[in-house]
Amino acid sequence: MAAVTETIETVQAATEGTYKWGFETDIEMDFAPKGLNEGIVRFISAKKNEPAWLLEWRLKAFAHWQTMTEPTWPSVHYPKIDFQDAFYYAAPKQGPKSLDEVDPELLKTYAKLGIPLKEQAFLAGVEGAGESAADARMPIAVDAVFDSVSVATSYKERLAKDGIIFCAISEAVHTHPELVQQYLGTVVPTGDNFYAALNSAVFTDGSFVYIPKGVRCPMELSTYFRINAKSTGQFERTLIIADEGSTVSYLEGCTAPMRDENQLHAAVVELVALDDASIKYSTVQNWYPGDAEGKGGIYNFVTKRAQCRGKRSKVSWTQVETGSAITWKYPSCVLLGEDSVGEFYSVAITNNYQQADTGTKMIHVGARTKSTIVSKGISAGHGQNTYRGLVRVAPTAKGARNFTQCDSLLIGDQCGAHTVPYIENRCLTAKLEHEATTSRIAEDQLFYCRQRGLTQEEAVGMIVNGFCREVLKELPMEFAVEAQKLLQISLEGSVG
Amino acid sequence: MSAIAPGGAEGFLHRHEGLKDHLPGANLPWLVALRADAAASFRAQGLPTRRVEAWHYTDLRPLAQAGFDAPLSAVDAAVALPAARAEQRVVFVDGRHRADLSSFAAASIGHWLPELQGRIAAPAEPMAALNSMFFEDGLFLTIAEGQDAGTLELLHVVQAADRPAAVHPRHIIRLEKGARLALLETSIGPTDKRYLHNPVWQVEVAEGASFTHVRLQQEGAQGFQLSTVYASVAAGGTYDNFTLNSGGRLVRNEIHATLSGPGATCHMNGAQLLGDGQHADTTTFLDHAAPDCASRQTYKTVLKGKSRGVFQGKILVRQAAQRTDGYQMNQALLLSSDAEMDSKPQLEIYADDVKCSHGATVGELDADQLFYLRARGIPEAEARTMLVRAFLEAALEGVENPILHTALEGAIEAWWVRHT
Repeated sequence: MAAVTETIETVQAATEGTYKWGFETDIEMDFAPKGLNEGIVRFISAKKNEPAWLLEWRLKAFAHWQTMTEPTWPSVHYPKIDFQDAFYYAAPKQGPKSLDEVDPELLKTYAKLGIPLKEQAFLAGVEGAGESAADARMPIAVDAVFDSVSVATSYKERLAKDGIIFCAISEAVHTHPELVQQYLGTVVPTGDNFYAALNSAVFTDGSFVYIPKGVRCPMELSTYFRINAKSTGQFERTLIIADEGSTVSYLEGCTAPMRDENQLHAAVVELVALDDASIKYSTVQNWYPGDAEGKGGIYNFVTKRAQCRGKRSKVSWTQVETGSAITWKYPSCVLLGEDSVGEFYSVAITNNYQQADTGTKMIHVGARTKSTIVSKGISAGHGQNTYRGLVRVAPTAKGARNFTQCDSLLIGDQCGAHTVPYIENRCLTAKLEHEATTSRIAEDQLFYCRQRGLTQEEAVGMIVNGFCREVLKELPMEFAVEAQKLLQISLEGSVG
Repeated sequence: MSAIAPGGAEGFLHRHEGLKDHLPGANLPWLVALRADAAASFRAQGLPTRRVEAWHYTDLRPLAQAGFDAPLSAVDAAVALPAARAEQRVVFVDGRHRADLSSFAAASIGHWLPELQGRIAAPAEPMAALNSMFFEDGLFLTIAEGQDAGTLELLHVVQAADRPAAVHPRHIIRLEKGARLALLETSIGPTDKRYLHNPVWQVEVAEGASFTHVRLQQEGAQGFQLSTVYASVAAGGTYDNFTLNSGGRLVRNEIHATLSGPGATCHMNGAQLLGDGQHADTTTFLDHAAPDCASRQTYKTVLKGKSRGVFQGKILVRQAAQRTDGYQMNQALLLSSDAEMDSKPQLEIYADDVKCSHGATVGELDADQLFYLRARGIPEAEARTMLVRAFLEAALEGVENPILHTALEGAIEAWWVRHT
């Protein structure tokens, strides 16, 4: 039985208690000199053979960044980052070619991570769950980003048949400059915040997606981010445009080797949905979280924002945040179009010494715009978990509607759970509701499960999965399975 | 006195320099030091701006521009007083105790000042620091162990002055073990004059004591009231605060309550009734520092005209505060398309065995409810009145003392009549 196999696997994974994605790949790399200055920005731009407008754009962002200071308002604590002590460009020596010519080391790396770069393969993590015809899953197109560059993108030709553009953003700059120039930085301006400005100056790669009018993307699109090199930061930029009446579901995954040093990941994701378009953006964030003593791990300082520009457009963010030493991100929706819809579903886990300050912003501008926020925070060990969210309703958003629910679960008496919602309403006919609860796993729930023969850890895993169900059910199926396992592994060692 | 008073923080500091040798207690070294420290702290912080997180939704620029410069009030001016609501009433005029107008011999801070070393707190919040710099007087009341002091009324009146006046009373209340007190505090002032009423309350509730504190803020239309309450509740004690904000131009009601002993309880309830041009801010900070404590908060805001309501409420549960039961609800009813409501409920939790929740809603009158009443032959205006009153009633439920309940009902009625 598949379920039994899975349970056994889960328990094994949990008892091993290691970050199984923590290996390093030995591959010949090309680095920019260490440090950050205008020369590095020019170096990156030159490496990518970028047009002059983009270099200008980067330099403007860099100049702005130099005038900015790091935000101190999040409830996270870490030693000051030395931005000069990192590499801002690291790429495998062998440049990206067609899928067949990718360095076998890289293919092996992605195979080990369970990410199929071979076309018609399935997303792993669900192997052994039966491979009969009935179980065969939809193929997934993957863009693999390794340190600073995209190394491979699968299913490009198949997607091109429908006019869908799915490629590395550095490639799109050359092949579709008009689209990139039209949209880049229009959702997250270069000077938006400290880390977005940094990203705008030094971003190296990322994915670009354009879904033409009326097209329903025939498969899930996905980008898999891997940090491999030491002392590097990863700064990717994703831009997704859903033209009128189109639909796309996009997945994002990420891992990094286990190291004692902290590495910075400062991405920017921009989504644009035009009339009647719909974008579903799912993230399973599994950057290395540091060890049990809180040493090492990724600083995940990310700016994600969507603009629902069109009437009846819809953007849905779903995130499962299990990794990173520190997470700081607020996937947001600016609801400009009439009747547009924004959704945010989030599960964030902090165990050991992890810290997360995450949430969303829903900015209602158009009439009858609707937003839903469901956030589940789980704190264990010494973890600190903060939900921070903003719901703002402009006077123009007649009949706007928001519902927010934030639930926190505490496991152990050394952790913290915090909720900081901002609710700003300037519209008479808007209706906003917010509710938040904080509790721990009840003794009677545990007792009930234990009595039926589950171990303490299985019982906790089951209850946590139930607690997160509202969010997990929003994930595409393959991701949901992986996410459930991740939740259990992340909580390893937090009970008993 | 300079002819033109400088505004903002500078204005207050300037005035402090000129006044400090004339303030009560100027001969007490400990008090002089306390005031100097407060001035240094205020100088360092300045008047809070919207960049300060705790003041994100309340802009003090109108206050900064006002340039308060009135001299210390004369202590014997004749004052017209409203009818007393409780049998016993103590009256303060411009921040000073008026024994001649009070019906019972309550002690005042001014009277006891030489003996209050160590009893006057020096909180860090900028408006409280301002109070420490300037306070002249205030209610000083200790209810002895086991005593039930019944219901008292405190009336604070700001008199009309030619120049914008700023008054900073400091009230210190202590309830010994098992003592009980209900206090109705009313603040009024001239309707056409700019002034600042900046009271600070220090409340101590000892083991098993119970203090019901009802505050009716009915300042004049040009008045500023920025009040701060610091309350600490020991084991088994109860602090019950109800604040009705219906007056004033710019008002902030800030409450810091600490539940410091096991089984302590705190209720904070309130209503904000706002009309054109008014801004009211309720900011609560509830510190659960001991196990087995409970807290309940219900705040209701009704907004008409171009008004702005703010609610910020933080519940902190420290690691020691296991088995905490915390609940907070804030709801706002918009009756005008020019009104704005901003809410920031906040939970910060470090203990795992807790039950904490908060809720917030903002919206207009429910169309279905209105239809239901109209369908039963109730005219629209009357139906709306019923619904608004019902909305507010939920916050009043906790006030059981009949004198206090009547006073609140009356104030709500008066506001509604004035605004329809």
